[in-house]
Amino acid sequence: MAQNYKDELSGVETTGHEWDGLRELNNPLPKWWLYLFYVCIAWAMVYYVFYPAWPLGKTYTKGILGYSQREELDTKLAEAKAGQAKYLTAIAAKSVDEIQKDKDLLGFAMAGGRSYFNENCAACHGAGGQGAKGFPTLADDVWLWGGASADIYKTIQHGIRSDDGETRGVPNVGMTAFGKDGILTRDQIDQVTDYVLSLNGKPADAGKAEKGKTVYDENCAACHGDAAQGAVAAGLDGIGAPPLKQANWLYGGDKATLMDTVTNGRAGVMPAWSKRLDDATIKSLAVYVHNLGGGK
Amino acid sequence: MAQDKKGFSHDLIERNTLLLIVLVLITVSIGGLVQIVPLFTIESTIEKVEGVRPYSPLELAGQNIYFREGCYNCHSQQIRPFRDEVERYGHYSLAAESMYDHPFQWGSKRTGPDLARVGGKYSNDWQVAHLVNPRAVVPESIMPNYGWMKDRPLNYGDIADHLKTLKVVGVPYTDEQIANAKADLEAQKNPDADTAGLMKRYPKAVVANFTGNKTVTEMDALVAYLQVLGTMVDFTKYQSKQLQQ
Repeated sequence: MAQNYKDELSGVETTGHEWDGLRELNNPLPKWWLYLFYVCIAWAMVYYVFYPAWPLGKTYTKGILGYSQREELDTKLAEAKAGQAKYLTAIAAKSVDEIQKDKDLLGFAMAGGRSYFNENCAACHGAGGQGAKGFPTLADDVWLWGGASADIYKTIQHGIRSDDGETRGVPNVGMTAFGKDGILTRDQIDQVTDYVLSLNGKPADAGKAEKGKTVYDENCAACHGDAAQGAVAAGLDGIGAPPLKQANWLYGGDKATLMDTVTNGRAGVMPAWSKRLDDATIKSLAVYVHNLGGGK
Repeated sequence: MAQDKKGFSHDLIERNTLLLIVLVLITVSIGGLVQIVPLFTIESTIEKVEGVRPYSPLELAGQNIYFREGCYNCHSQQIRPFRDEVERYGHYSLAAESMYDHPFQWGSKRTGPDLARVGGKYSNDWQVAHLVNPRAVVPESIMPNYGWMKDRPLNYGDIADHLKTLKVVGVPYTDEQIANAKADLEAQKNPDADTAGLMKRYPKAVVANFTGNKTVTEMDALVAYLQVLGTMVDFTKYQSKQLQQ
């Protein structure tokens, strides 16, 4: 075979490939590139020694450093906890009321409570505790399950009608569906809702409202109280029936919504948080919620 | 002068397409095998934890809707082992927790929050209200409305076939589970039904009439799926050391 053609202009030998007269110069790799390549190979060797690298059947080489991302996370969480230990141990030892009396602890609990509230609670109760249809407002003074700090703490821990063994209320049991279950006729529901409207000073048929009072006394007073003041004000524990004389309705205080409520019943659920969040976090949340505006 | 050398020569490969293809395949296979095969043999790839079970028929139907609607385009299902993620979402995700997902939904796109542990975080009522109109409960949300799903009947006549298909790819559905698929699906939506068999076959399944509709709707299935996410493993049973790979 003939000697490879040498390019006349650059004086570099060609590879011998030729495509329609075009030839390929046989230049060596640039030195900087070649050395960098060798450095990378050397670096890989060092990496193999220090970090987890080679599979060995059922296990693998752990490396001198024994690095594990999950272990690093544990260390970082422990460090963060240690940094807050002064506050966390004090919060764990004190009741929610006592925490609020300690200015230092209150500041810490409010700051932490705020972040945890925004992540976990705001989806239902709103970022400022303003609530939404079916999800109670936390910034007013109506509390279905008690607004004292200890009540709030217990509610967050165990939830409402939740799957927690110590839940407040009974799972799946809420307000009776008076219409759907055939306890009240449509006329009676019409009357009792007019009565509730009249209690709130809203336009209502006076005749119906008067008949509605009888329906109320026989069917509703047991939970909502004989003066419609709600279960908490009536001293009835573990029911959660709201007051029916108020401005901020949980599901709506207009005629149509009231009809719907009495016909189909209601049973709001709040999850229990004691399995999801630790005790110091729940106490911080209780402090934060208590300070949203309506705490008692 | 490459042509004059004996033995191996680039010339031979470069002038023989078939040989080039075969050698490229071999090279790429080695690269792939070295990375993939060890994950099947190393014992700690999938953590040994109790509680992870195949999805119940209703949850599975919900997962199919999750795929169909492309929820993964905005929601990941993987809590990474970093402090900020663990403090926000809960325990980092384990490989074991998604071993029955086909395909897995780990993802990395988070326009919305991670959903790996959304199960039980909110009430069924909230999930329904939020899917119907996210802004009714979260004013700043940019998630689309899925209200049409609330009354759209779920097409589940072929649910047993879904279980069978997943069994082929390694999800350990039993013959009993396949035989009861349709009944289990309907039972999970009916709080008044006898759910003893369902709960035995699928512990921790959330039984409820999610939407309040008489028929099983697509939203019932989707909420049942969302409510089981991340709830199967009881992390109080394990020391963090046991979960390190």
